Amino acid sequence: MAGILRLADVTKDYARSGIAIRNVSFELNKGEFLFLAGHSGAGKSTLLKLISMAERPTSGEVRVSGFSSSTIKEREIPKLRRRLGIVFQDFRLLPDRTAEQNVAFALEVTGASRASIGPKVSRLLMQVGLASKATAFPHELSGGEQQRVAIARALVNDPFVLLADEPTGNLDDKATHAIYLLLREINASGTAVVMATHDVSLIERTGLRFLELDKGELIFDGTDVARLKADLRGAGRR
Amino acid sequence: MRLAWREVLLAFRRSPALGFLSITTIAFSLFAFGLFGLVAINIQTALHAIENRVEVRAFLVDGAKETDVNELLAAVARLPQVADAGYVSPDSALQRARSELAEFRDVMEGAMLPGSVELRLKPGMRDPETMKQLSSRLQTYPVVEEVRYGREWVEKLYRVRTIVGVAGTGLGLVFALVAVIIIGATIRMAILARTKEIEVMRLVGATNGYVRLPYLIDGTLKGIAGGLIALALAWTANRMVSSSFMETTFFTGEQMLLGVLAGAVIGLLGSWISVGRHLRKVWHDR
Repeated sequence: MAGILRLADVTKDYARSGIAIRNVSFELNKGEFLFLAGHSGAGKSTLLKLISMAERPTSGEVRVSGFSSSTIKEREIPKLRRRLGIVFQDFRLLPDRTAEQNVAFALEVTGASRASIGPKVSRLLMQVGLASKATAFPHELSGGEQQRVAIARALVNDPFVLLADEPTGNLDDKATHAIYLLLREINASGTAVVMATHDVSLIERTGLRFLELDKGELIFDGTDVARLKADLRGAGRR
Repeated sequence: MRLAWREVLLAFRRSPALGFLSITTIAFSLFAFGLFGLVAINIQTALHAIENRVEVRAFLVDGAKETDVNELLAAVARLPQVADAGYVSPDSALQRARSELAEFRDVMEGAMLPGSVELRLKPGMRDPETMKQLSSRLQTYPVVEEVRYGREWVEKLYRVRTIVGVAGTGLGLVFALVAVIIIGATIRMAILARTKEIEVMRLVGATNGYVRLPYLIDGTLKGIAGGLIALALAWTANRMVSSSFMETTFFTGEQMLLGVLAGAVIGLLGSWISVGRHLRKVWHDR
C-alpha cells in the first residue's frame, strides 16, 4: 500500500519552548487507522500541526497528499486543508451557529454551490447520528454531540485522512466509545484516521498500530500495548 | 461574495460603536481636508475673476489736455499687448468711487480724483514682465503722472492660495493617517472578536482572500460613509458661509466623487494593513 502521509526525520524546534519533535519518521498507509500515544506535552499535537502544515518542520520533510513541507507555498495550504479533516478536543464549533450551519460553514468557505450544501449537510449529520439535532446550537448539545458535529464538519470535503487531536479528551467513557466507533465507521469507508490520545485502554481494546511519543521522540511504532502500558507507568513513577 | 456581505452586516451589528468611531474619524479627516480645499477653490475662483480684470492704469497729470489724452489713447491702442483702452475722466472717476465705496460718500464730497487711462490686456499678456515693460513705456508720455497695475495683488493671492493648499493637504494627510490607524485598530478589534471563526475558516481550507474579503468590504464601506458625511458637513459649512458672508463656490461633481473615493481608499488601506498583519500571525500561531 502506498504511503499517503510521510514524515522523514522531522524535527520541530520552537524558539521559545525548545524542541517539540525530534527526528521523527513514519509513514501512514491509505485507509489506515493510527493512534498517536504519549503523555500530554509529548508532541502529539505538534505532530498533527506539522501534518496539517500549521507548522513547518525545523528540519526534515513532511509529505502529505503530494504536498511537501519544503516546497509548499502559503497560498497552497488551503488546498491541502481541503483534503484533510481535522477535529480537536475542544470541538471548535462556532457558538452562534446551529449544528447544520456549522457544517455548512465549512462548505461555504470553500466556495461550494448553494444547491449542493443543503443535501450534503443533511447526509453528514445523518452519518454522525445527529440528524434530529440539526437546528440545535452547540450549547444545547452534549460534549459527545458537539464532537459529532465537528466530525461532520471535518468530513465535508471528503478528506483522505482525518486528523483527530484528543477528540475524546473532554468526554465520558460512554461518549468516548461512541466517538471511537464513529471514527472506525468513517475509517471503514476508506478515510484514514490519525487519532492522538493518552487513553491507553482505548488503544488496548482495538489492537491497532500506534506511535508512542516521549519528549518529542518517537520511541515505539507498532501494536505492542503491553510495552506502552509499561512505559506510561514508568513515566508516571519518574 | 454573498457570504462576505453577510459577514459585513454581522460585524456591524456586533460592534456598532466601533463602526461609528471609524466612520466619524474618516469623516472628520476628510472634512478638514475639504474645508481647506474649499478655501483654496474659492481663492482660485477669485483669482480667475481678478485675472480677467487685470488692468494697467495710467493716472494723468492734473489738467491734461484732451488732445494729449487722445494721442495717448491712439498710441496705446496700437500696442500688441492691449485688448482695449479707455479714458476715465476725473468726474466719472469720482462717480465710480462714490458708487463702489458708498460708505465713504461723505468723505468724497468735493474730493478731486485724477483722470486716467485704463488698459485691459490680452490673455497671456498679463505676466509681470509684460506689465513692467508696458508700464515704463507709458511712463514716457508727459501726460502720464503715474502707472499702477494690480500684479502685486494677484501674486499675493497666488501665494495665499499655495499656502492654504499646502496647509490643507498637510493637515488632511495627517488626519487621513489617523483615520487609517483608527480604522486599522477597529478592524483589528473586529478580527480579535472573531479569532475563533477565522481559525475555523482556515482549518477547513478558506483562502486568505476569502478570510480577508469581508474586512476589506467593511473598511471600504466605512470609508465611503465617512466620505459622504464629510461631504455633507462641508456642504453645510459652505451654505452657512454663502448665506451669511459671501458667495462661495462648492466642489464640482468630480471633486465630490474624488473625496468619497479618498474615504474608500482610507478605509480599504486601514483594513488591508490590519487584516494582513493578523493573517500572517495566525498562520504561525502558538
